Amino acid sequence: MQIGPVLSSADEIDFMIHGLFKYSFFGHEVWITTSHVCILIVMLIIIGFAIAANRAMRKATEVPSGFQNVVELIVEKLDGMVDSPMGKNAPRFYNYIGTVFIFIFLSNISGLLGLRPPTADYGVTLPLGILTFVLIHFNQFKYQKLKDIWVDMCSPLPPWLPIWFPINLISEIAVPVSLSLRLFANVLSGTVMMALVYGLLKWFAVIWPAALHVYFDLFSGAIQTYVFCMLTMTYINNAIGSEN
Amino acid sequence: MEFNTEFILGCSAIGAGLAVIAGIGPGIGQGIAAGHAAAAVGRNPGAKSAITSTMLLGQAVAETTGLYGLLIAMLLLFVKPLGK
Repeated sequence: MQIGPVLSSADEIDFMIHGLFKYSFFGHEVWITTSHVCILIVMLIIIGFAIAANRAMRKATEVPSGFQNVVELIVEKLDGMVDSPMGKNAPRFYNYIGTVFIFIFLSNISGLLGLRPPTADYGVTLPLGILTFVLIHFNQFKYQKLKDIWVDMCSPLPPWLPIWFPINLISEIAVPVSLSLRLFANVLSGTVMMALVYGLLKWFAVIWPAALHVYFDLFSGAIQTYVFCMLTMTYINNAIGSEN
Repeated sequence: MEFNTEFILGCSAIGAGLAVIAGIGPGIGQGIAAGHAAAAVGRNPGAKSAITSTMLLGQAVAETTGLYGLLIAMLLLFVKPLGK
């Protein structure tokens, strides 16, 4: 039986991930989806920019001009963004945070290029959240004593009474889940909104959706990128601890 | 008891509508955050950029619960976990 479409013209509205072709990977059926293609395009843009920036910085001059200005501006802004929450731990995280920022930002605004944003796929944002999780706990075990971590995990109660430990454990595990779901749901909601506008209004949606693109793709995407990087830095800084 | 697909789909739509009521909470929370940020800028205009970034961070965190409601609605409408 044909399931009635939820929206009046649901077959016109398209914001789902589509499988392009499948192949067998050690007996598993693996699909190459539109997310892979979009992420590949984003990566190509980043690699192209990186090569151009490398060319420009090879013959860098004392007084910057042209493209060198742009590259230096981007690097300075990213480093400044890392500096404020991380303080003296910042230099070791310039590279990671800068990379993640550029990748998420370009992914979020790739809706402007007509792509489906790769970050509107939970398979893209969950690894980013897990990376943050690994970084938090790697730094925690590197810079804090095991006893301090145990006291911290039992925190409202004394350390010999670990009743609160499972609850703290759940809140630790909730960190990557909430980080990745926040990014995913924000970008997905923008994607769905734009798909509804283009799918339901059809010929009526001509020039004015540009304003919606500015909000849903540019503004929301930039804010969510900033929030993701800011929360990552705050968590890592908490894990390193203040005395180190 | 067996239900037909249309019934389950209709109930899923009602559930999706109820799930996005979760948007009320973040709306109130973000409004409070923005109002306090405006008051803070009024008291100390020099700290405008720091206040703005703190406000955006807090608002984005407060937005999460509403987005969970949105996700549930999306799952009910488009993944249709109940009407299989």
